[in-house]
Amino acid sequence: MKLPSRLQGLLSLYTQQFKTTFASMVQYRASLVIWTISAILEPLVYLIVWSTAAKGPGGVQGYTAQDFAAYYIALMIVNQATYTWIMYEYEYRIRHGSLSFALLRPVHPIHADIADNLSSKLITLPLVLAVAAILALLFHPSANLQPWTVAAFIPALVLAFLLRFLIEWTLALAAFWTTRVSAINQVYFVLMLFFSGQIAPLALLPAWLQGIAAVLPFHWMVGFPVELLLGWLTPRQALEGMGAQAAWLAISLLLVRLVWRAGVRVYSAVGA
Amino acid sequence: MRAALKSLVRRRVQDIPAVDRLSFDLAAGEMVGFLGPNGAGKTTTLKMLAGLLHPTAGECRVLGHIPWKREREFLRRITLVMGQRNQLVWDIPAADSFELNRAIYRLSPADYHRTLDELTELLELGPLLKVPVRNLSLGERMKCEIAIALLHRPQVVFLDEPTIGLDVTMQRRIRAFIEEYNRRLGATVLLTSHYMADVEALCKRVVVIHHGRLMFDGDLAGLVQQFTAHKTIVVQLEDCQADLHPYGEVLSCEAGRFTLRVPKERTAEVTGRLLANLPVIDLLVEDPPIDEVIDRVFTQEAS
Repeated sequence: MKLPSRLQGLLSLYTQQFKTTFASMVQYRASLVIWTISAILEPLVYLIVWSTAAKGPGGVQGYTAQDFAAYYIALMIVNQATYTWIMYEYEYRIRHGSLSFALLRPVHPIHADIADNLSSKLITLPLVLAVAAILALLFHPSANLQPWTVAAFIPALVLAFLLRFLIEWTLALAAFWTTRVSAINQVYFVLMLFFSGQIAPLALLPAWLQGIAAVLPFHWMVGFPVELLLGWLTPRQALEGMGAQAAWLAISLLLVRLVWRAGVRVYSAVGA
Repeated sequence: MRAALKSLVRRRVQDIPAVDRLSFDLAAGEMVGFLGPNGAGKTTTLKMLAGLLHPTAGECRVLGHIPWKREREFLRRITLVMGQRNQLVWDIPAADSFELNRAIYRLSPADYHRTLDELTELLELGPLLKVPVRNLSLGERMKCEIAIALLHRPQVVFLDEPTIGLDVTMQRRIRAFIEEYNRRLGATVLLTSHYMADVEALCKRVVVIHHGRLMFDGDLAGLVQQFTAHKTIVVQLEDCQADLHPYGEVLSCEAGRFTLRVPKERTAEVTGRLLANLPVIDLLVEDPPIDEVIDRVFTQEAS
């Protein structure tokens, strides 16, 4: 009896937050488009570099230009679905005291952020899909899409979104302790670039780097759902991957709780 | 349920206590003015009571809750309005932000609409709710800020400078509204303001702090009694030629209108002499303005 009413409350909160975000976004159509384009451009650069490199006979370690095209178009969609901008926002919220209002509300502030993120993703989805379609026409991707990979992609993407959101939200909380948040972000982005599969598919990295990537969370947030969708993985590897996602999700849930509690304590000691 | 609001607070930050050995109680339904110069610790105290600050020592209870635990049941029953901060989303109409709070506080549609109608009527919000907040004037925005903070009908209301920067008409309107809200809901209100008119109009009782310490806690009239040993006598003469120094301290004279400061116990005697010895057109005996009294409270502490 208690749980459904809480869920109902959250559902209504998410619906309202969606409307609020939508109304705000409509006011800033141009900047939204610019943000989306910049999120699209990065994978596009890698797509062009790798598919050019793979033009020769045998491609790059057996991966053809069409493989790279498929990989980076899918990666663009996954990256768009999972990225967050929360790390840029928290410092501002803390310094300008808008976090105070969030703390006065009888609901955990993370919900508003998740809802806000999902809302803007939904709004920009058509644009991203249109770009993906154009790229598909230009670069002739080839992939081994199968019903089970498409079906398994959905939960893998949801897990990837949640994992990336929780980790980046936790990282954003660093702003409670330091004003040099951008240095921390920079380290994070470099790790992300290498270990998530953004700069190159992980299969192209040396075995020892792949070993490290397997225990870090980054690959599970971006590269894994892409490889799964394209049929690069066996069903067994796909299941193991989702297991790793679930394990990291559990860890990050614990982490976000601990860091949030400690952060609020610091905030409420200093005041804003 | 209507537990008295109790607090006994002591707080330290880097060995500079913002609030120190401050102790006071509020009864349910009471409206209390919380006064002090800038940096006295008013906002710090309000934030502690609203659960935003964690004191290093001391204790405090609001509605029976420890505020900084921020329990949902507690947060649903209080509000904090900060005159210099906004919770409304800047780019969209206030009505949309209201809807968001309806979901956050899980208000039933019936309760929500009843409260919204009431607030719309009392604060004359009608046309303001549909305009993006950034297009509202400061006063209009403040009315909407107050409304959103009260949508969940909190029983305890903390107001930190709710009228700051507003013109006199708007200040008066907001004052009248706060009075009405307190009357209708029996809500407990703790209010800080730099405008003494706010406090005079709304609060029988005032709590005065300075350097984080309690200076005075009692009714306004008592404050005047305790901190002023003087009365002001305003005498209207033909011009400013006369020398009134023998009667008291001459504060000013404009167009024959002298303002004198006289020790309280000599008021009757001085008034008698003035009337007997001078061609007095008009005479008025007053308590000094409350601002002056407050100012004296603070300077007394400093010296």
